[in-house]
Amino acid sequence: MGMTYVQKVIAAACNRPTVAIGDVVEPEVHLAMSHENGALVMNQFSEIYKDTGLEARVWNPDRIAIILDHRVPAESSKTATNQKKLREFCGKQGIARFHDIRGDEGGICHQILPEYGYVRPGMVVVGTDSHTTSHGALGAFAFGIGATEMASVWTLGHILNVEVPGTIRVNVNGKLSPFVGPKDLILYLIGQLTAEGANFKVLEFHGDTIRSMSTSGRLVLCNMSVEAGATSGIVPPDTETQRYLREEAGVKDELQLMTPDVDAVYEKTLEINAARLDPQIACPHTVDNIKTVKEVANIKVDQIVIGSCTNGRLDDLAAAAQILKGKKIARGTRMLIFPASWRIYREALQRGYLSALAEAGAVICNPGCGPCLGVHQGALGDKEVALATTNRNFKGRMGNPNSEVYLCSPEVAAASALTGTISDPREGGR
Amino acid sequence: MGKVVLKVADDISTDIIYPGRFMATVLPTETPQFAFADHTDFNNKLKNNQVPKGSYIVAGQNFGCGSSREQAASCLKGWELTVIAKHFSRIFLQNSINLGLATVICPDILADEGDEIEIAGEVVRNVTKGKEFKITPLPKARQAIIDAGGLIPYTRQRLLMNKA
Ligand code: SF4
Repeated sequence: MGMTYVQKVIAAACNRPTVAIGDVVEPEVHLAMSHENGALVMNQFSEIYKDTGLEARVWNPDRIAIILDHRVPAESSKTATNQKKLREFCGKQGIARFHDIRGDEGGICHQILPEYGYVRPGMVVVGTDSHTTSHGALGAFAFGIGATEMASVWTLGHILNVEVPGTIRVNVNGKLSPFVGPKDLILYLIGQLTAEGANFKVLEFHGDTIRSMSTSGRLVLCNMSVEAGATSGIVPPDTETQRYLREEAGVKDELQLMTPDVDAVYEKTLEINAARLDPQIACPHTVDNIKTVKEVANIKVDQIVIGSCTNGRLDDLAAAAQILKGKKIARGTRMLIFPASWRIYREALQRGYLSALAEAGAVICNPGCGPCLGVHQGALGDKEVALATTNRNFKGRMGNPNSEVYLCSPEVAAASALTGTISDPREGGR
Repeated sequence: MGKVVLKVADDISTDIIYPGRFMATVLPTETPQFAFADHTDFNNKLKNNQVPKGSYIVAGQNFGCGSSREQAASCLKGWELTVIAKHFSRIFLQNSINLGLATVICPDILADEGDEIEIAGEVVRNVTKGKEFKITPLPKARQAIIDAGGLIPYTRQRLLMNKA
């Protein structure tokens, strides 16, 4: 019986010719990522070593990456102290893939990992962040874990008790219409699957829409796969994956390009006609509460946010700048931009996107998670409505349980900034 | 035997169980104060010690979806609550097993706040309603971590085995 993509990755990481769905295995970990919550991992890591008489050393410092992004620059003394502990820990353990609060190397973890070529096809990647699913865009089996699980990985170099997941195959064909993109596609899919429709499963993306999609777009799909409950979203690697890794991430070593077997067994196969998609929006307070933008048009918006690990890349900023250039954001609506990394920030600066956005009235924040998780910047007032290109709209997500968050593409966000109400970018937003 | 002290709907996210703004607080011992922080009534009951150890939270499908934050499991463990859900989100379930938070998968569970609950082998017994509901057991490999007392002692055993 043939194997799905994820079965192949897991089998290789277990040094076995095959694995069956449901097998409980302990694959080798190729990359283990944490952000500020690495402070908790450190604590659990030292608990593991307690009373063993052994010195607490991570299994392989070259396979660990720590990126400070969730609260940068620190919003409180507590965070600053956690960040300081991590800085010292990385120094002591020899963890070179440490991305501090810096304008050259900083950014959101899920952007830094691909940008620096840390993720390759065929890797097993774990991260103490649920959106670690993002890295499936480069053909890795990448998934989120808790801090104690990570402490165990730091100790042993394997992830214990992984159940080989079943896979849902998603075939996407057809050309996306103008002003409709990867974000609309994944929102639509989450609406179809529901928030738990892919729980414990992998989403494997295929079809000509995916083949002609940039890595940036694939990152959007895999990033949000977890919002349907998926363990991981995966795009089997192809020429675009190679192009991205060689040209944008500077990877020189040989790449391992696997494909799923033609007789692989899938839990089910979904077919999506991309040409038929309209701009989509996730309404409060669940990500699977999907409507078309048309259905909720004209709702007044107080704050618009463009950024995050989902849609804070150069093509997202370019799309927003194109819509807003030479125009003004409606009075009564404020717009925050937070690019996903400092490399993106500098490039957007050079290309004039940031000045176009600021001249329209947007506030450009520093790269990082910013308003996305509601702890640091851009909190909402009572009864305010936000429209964001981020990935979660749970009650209280943006720091205030008495506010509402809608999720959309950068195009919808920018078009809505002009009117101050939720707007379809195909009408008037240009 | 214990009482259902909180009943919640489907798709309860970790943002509700442990809001993101308290995430600078990381140590398992410090997190219980923020359990269901925005659910003020319930949070007050917890903090005023009006919820006895061994009480139950009853949830619908996909409990613990969203962020991988482990605080969402440690904050409930701190009050020694047991969560009975129709099913759990993957990361939350694994975190609970790792930290020793009692979780019970019970797809047909019917219970209301105030009901008396008893776990009897392979069933959840709702004493108040006089009904029993079947438990879906965890995979064996998960049970090994629970039997070891959580992932920390389990990993420690493995570490010592490797060094031996
Ligand atoms: S941008 Fe938001 S979703 Fe992405 S890693 Fe940061 S907090 Fe998580």
